[in-house]
Amino acid sequence: MSKKLVTAIAEMEEQQALDLAADLLAKKTDPLVILDDCRAAMEIVGQRFEAGTYFLPELLLAGEMLAQITDLVKPKLKKTQAMQRHGKVLIGTVKGDIHDIGKNIVTFMLDVNGFEVRDLGVDVPPEKFVEAIREFQPEVVGLSGFLTLAYEAMKDTIECVKSSGLRDNVKIMIGGGQVSEEIRTYTGADAYGRDAMAGVTLARQWTGVKQSHSAKKAKA
Amino acid sequence: MEKKSKELSADEKQEALFQRWLNPKGPDGSDLQFQSPEAKKAYRARVTRIKDAIQLRKLPDRVPVVLLPSFFPYYHGGMTPQEAMYDYDKLGAAFKKFIQEFAPDAHIGATAPGPGRMFEILDYKLYSWPGHGVAPEHPYQCNEGEYMKADEYDALIQDPTGYFLNGYLPRVWGALQPLQMLPFFPGILEMYGAAYNFIPFAIPPVQAALKALMDAGTEALKWAMATGAIEGELAAAGYPQMLGGFTKAPFDVIGDTLRGTKGIMLDLYRQPEKLLEAMEALVPLMVKMGVGAAQLNGKPIIFIPLHKGADGFLSDEQFKKFYWPTLRKVMLGLIEQGCVPFPAAEGGYTSRLKAIRNIPAGKTLWMIDQTDMAKAKKALDGIACVLGNVPLSLLSVGTPEQVKEYAMNLLESANGSGGFIMSNGAFFDQAKPENLTAIVETAKKYGKY
Repeated sequence: MSKKLVTAIAEMEEQQALDLAADLLAKKTDPLVILDDCRAAMEIVGQRFEAGTYFLPELLLAGEMLAQITDLVKPKLKKTQAMQRHGKVLIGTVKGDIHDIGKNIVTFMLDVNGFEVRDLGVDVPPEKFVEAIREFQPEVVGLSGFLTLAYEAMKDTIECVKSSGLRDNVKIMIGGGQVSEEIRTYTGADAYGRDAMAGVTLARQWTGVKQSHSAKKAKA
Repeated sequence: MEKKSKELSADEKQEALFQRWLNPKGPDGSDLQFQSPEAKKAYRARVTRIKDAIQLRKLPDRVPVVLLPSFFPYYHGGMTPQEAMYDYDKLGAAFKKFIQEFAPDAHIGATAPGPGRMFEILDYKLYSWPGHGVAPEHPYQCNEGEYMKADEYDALIQDPTGYFLNGYLPRVWGALQPLQMLPFFPGILEMYGAAYNFIPFAIPPVQAALKALMDAGTEALKWAMATGAIEGELAAAGYPQMLGGFTKAPFDVIGDTLRGTKGIMLDLYRQPEKLLEAMEALVPLMVKMGVGAAQLNGKPIIFIPLHKGADGFLSDEQFKKFYWPTLRKVMLGLIEQGCVPFPAAEGGYTSRLKAIRNIPAGKTLWMIDQTDMAKAKKALDGIACVLGNVPLSLLSVGTPEQVKEYAMNLLESANGSGGFIMSNGAFFDQAKPENLTAIVETAKKYGKY
């Protein structure tokens, strides 16, 4: 493990992180080890976002660094190693709404917190959610929406899940700019999240994850 | 002799704009003919109420109340957003009915939908609108992207207008793509060499773009005549339009529609100096945009929707370094010219309340969305008028009793020393009509000082 690489990513030193990764690769370091360092760094970034010291610029830059380093090591990867995941979350912005900033942040935070996330994108019709629940079998479904029109679309989506006989298989959380407890009741969701971390907390509760690895470390 | 505009103080300029708002003109430039003496009295009372709430000099006769919708009036009038964008007569009729039904103290005009046909003619790519990327029954939405490339900051800084003309506009308006070929206008200096600059206008695609601009102009005028007529009718009936125009925070100019959220957030780390320089370059343009509209329309309030500086987007330090300084400069520039900046703090602004206090008193109107209103009022007490905070979720699914209770709490927490306008917290498409009535009635009945 390269502590330097982890630190460079976590401290937002983009150029340094890319140089270090290239160096490690040139020195024949196992690409999987480099990716593990990235993952460790992303956990720190997620942790700092959770603590309110990192915000959107850091999440987006960390994502960029990860993508660039992944591209760099990919040609040298012999086999992909599946990471141990806590559970599966299906996520998407509901029908009629094409906003995705909030959804992308939640997706990012779930991912760095060890969930396997499938993102259906924006303007997702209820039937597409149902189809993906059947196929992907997530424990948690996240519905995102920014417009007040999303209230109706969230309600329709949850009803569609119900009438397909899948409602008991999943916990459903909703979120977005104008979502509140009243809207949770209205749509029939199990919970709503005010921000990305609330989404992670809900997913942890519902999949029986007590606390993330990094959170434990942070408390220790 | 009247003082020339140059010699007037900011206070005098503000007063002059308020006076113009108090004494509206008809389309021919003469004094507006009110429907009745009562309508005239009601109009002046409403403007005065809002003026007093903003200026913080004396208490208004009661708490003013406004409703700020996006597509609600048209859904409520039984039409789709598509119809609202394409049938200007229906649009106007629905908006007029909305104001007469709920009778708020002011309105923001029937201008939110915009002329659909004009966007078609110019092949607008920045937004999807009903029938063009979103369903007829849904409102328009922005397609974020990196329309300005990461290496184009110098071009924007050196010549913002040129950059818009040759770079940005041709990318977001499909029909204007040929404008990339336009000449460099500051090169048209003297007889020698001038002719070369006019050659682009001989190129068929450029001519097609100019034709599209003329057609778009015709359509825009048609729409403006229809919405303007409704504004005049409502004023004659005693309902003032409150917006003189709009402008934006330089950070949002770049973050919303030029570089996009991802672009600007990465620039904050990758090229912070360029970003800061570009925002400084945009300050005088954004001031000019607001002041020009206020002067043209004869109304002081300039709307500034705030987006990427809210809680959760940036750290407090980033807000203070990247977002607030140039927004503050725009606000000060507006205030200097007699305008009332009307920033809308969409989302939460709790962590920003301390920073935004640094602004002259009695010159600003803040729209508060989800920030705790008691905290916002406490932070801005004696500095700025606050407006808003009734949640959209409550308006959509709550009961009138719940809305009334919420509004009563606002009267309690936000109203101590004036400087408060009752309103919804963010622009809304949907609400139960009886909940809107509850907002207006609570302010009128219980908003006495």
